[in-house]
Amino acid sequence: VTPDLEPRLTRHWSEPGAVSIDGYVERGGYAGLRAALAMAPGDIIDIVKASGLRGRGGAGFPTGMKWGFVPKDTGKPTYVVVNFDESEPGTCNNRELVEREPHRLLEGAVIAALAIQCRTVFVYVRGEYLWQGMVVQRAIAEAYEKGYLGADVMGSGTRVDVVLHRGAGAYICGEETALLNSLEGLRGQPRLRPPFPAVEGLYASPTVINNVETLMNVPDILERGADWFREVGTEKSPGTKMVTISGKVERPGNYEIALGTPFRVVLEELAGGMLGGATLKAWTPGGSSTPLLTADHLDVGLDYESLAAAGSLLGTAAIMVMDDTDCVVDCARRMVEFYAHESCGKCTTCREGSWWATRVLARIEQGYGRDDDVPVMAEMGKNIMFKAFCALADGTAAVISSSLKHFQADFEAHVTEGRCPLDERAVAEVAS
Amino acid sequence: MAVLEGPALEDARKIVARYPGHERSAIMPLLYLAQSIGGWISRDALREIAGLLDLTTAEVESVATFYTMFRLRPTGTHVVSICTNLSCKLRGAEEVYEAAHEAAGMAHGQELSDDELVTLHEEECLGVCDFAPAVQINFANHDNVTTDRMRALIEALRAGEVPDPTRGPAFTSFKHASRVLAGLEEVPSS
Repeated sequence: VTPDLEPRLTRHWSEPGAVSIDGYVERGGYAGLRAALAMAPGDIIDIVKASGLRGRGGAGFPTGMKWGFVPKDTGKPTYVVVNFDESEPGTCNNRELVEREPHRLLEGAVIAALAIQCRTVFVYVRGEYLWQGMVVQRAIAEAYEKGYLGADVMGSGTRVDVVLHRGAGAYICGEETALLNSLEGLRGQPRLRPPFPAVEGLYASPTVINNVETLMNVPDILERGADWFREVGTEKSPGTKMVTISGKVERPGNYEIALGTPFRVVLEELAGGMLGGATLKAWTPGGSSTPLLTADHLDVGLDYESLAAAGSLLGTAAIMVMDDTDCVVDCARRMVEFYAHESCGKCTTCREGSWWATRVLARIEQGYGRDDDVPVMAEMGKNIMFKAFCALADGTAAVISSSLKHFQADFEAHVTEGRCPLDERAVAEVAS
Repeated sequence: MAVLEGPALEDARKIVARYPGHERSAIMPLLYLAQSIGGWISRDALREIAGLLDLTTAEVESVATFYTMFRLRPTGTHVVSICTNLSCKLRGAEEVYEAAHEAAGMAHGQELSDDELVTLHEEECLGVCDFAPAVQINFANHDNVTTDRMRALIEALRAGEVPDPTRGPAFTSFKHASRVLAGLEEVPSS
């Protein structure tokens, strides 16, 4: 954490004992659930609304409002689904949060269940998190044994069950309606909205889907109050945020910051600066789906509003750092390949657009770019943005448009020189 | 010969019971179960899962073909996944990916080694960007893998060992990992 910040989500990270249920309870765990059990469901929603907590999975939607959309007395069951599909390139804070304190997740999920009067919680964990799924499975077993889950949660007479469901390697399943399809035993393709999941989600029943980090903020809000939560962060982005910083920095890792902390502080004080003292060229503020920024944006605050004003997005706060030896065209090619691979195939814009973009980008990078390739890429970015079925394709467009916006000269140099100007082998060939 | 018979059929029924009233949700764990038996998912297995859930084979196949962790063709004893997405690429993952091919004696683009010991898989982000380059062997994490370390990991597999991962337990084979993914292994206490 930054020096002036009291750690919240990470306060027990140096203590391996916090993994087990006994260790978690010894450190004050499940006090938020105890507080929630003494409240009416509507009051739980109100306190989360008052806290200003926003979804940490990327979209930043107010959590309390999401819970408030769940209709009452439909005669159908309601569901809470934990989105632990964390797959946005550059993002791994959910993984470490769960590895170090799995019960905080279960506690937050059970509080959400109480708020929408739900009896069954599903935890959807990406398949590649094999070990982390086991950590959750073990925590679930412990919580049943100690009476924090099951027929009589903490002696309240309320029933809450938690079922772990494993994904199988599909980025799109982090999109909430695709996740629901996957959980129902279908291909993980997104659904048309409306109806929104709050009204017709899992098994056509009212459903709340929340990210791991979002839910892990909830126990403290219940225990310490909305005002306490707002003591850190900005007016519109209260609380702390987990950031992952990776790539060309000295100390890659997950760090907890107050929302609004400038990128410069994260890069220089937390991540120890650029790797080997190199020069910063470009960075993504929130995973590969968020538009690239440059060294001109060192002092931009990491929060929803400041990043939007700078032309990007907070996303998952996954910062990937490139230095001046990294070719932006090659990096863009690799990022777009990801979207082409992960496109679910449902809509043409994404399926064909991302595939075609990989071809053009590879051609430019390899020195076979055609004169009109750069303008074609610029057009393609515009033609994909907001024109696909879901937001996956917007990631493709963000990579293309932002890399061109800041580094158009690099693209043009590839085409005019017929090689990657940063490729040492190509440079040697030309020299000889 | 049936894939899901005897104890495997019992396991399958346990999986289906996790989703009362919504049995179709059992497709993914059932596919993992079939994979844990055969090492990959055959057409027979797809048919049997369909029969168990009262679905068509096409419906089960539509799910199996969507997800990369379900393997529908012969697969190595061990699956080695190497992330080459941006965070790992910036830390040298493409060289690590090449080194894995060399060490396993595989041509570029070859997926399964000739001795059927190793399947190499170029991965998208594995969520270990803080310890890039990230590699998984049977989905157990190996962090900060250099080209030398990659060669050593492949050599260990060729010598019949399963190297200890950086975090969590090792999984002795792709079949073993698939059984854990089906939710059928006891999880040790913390």
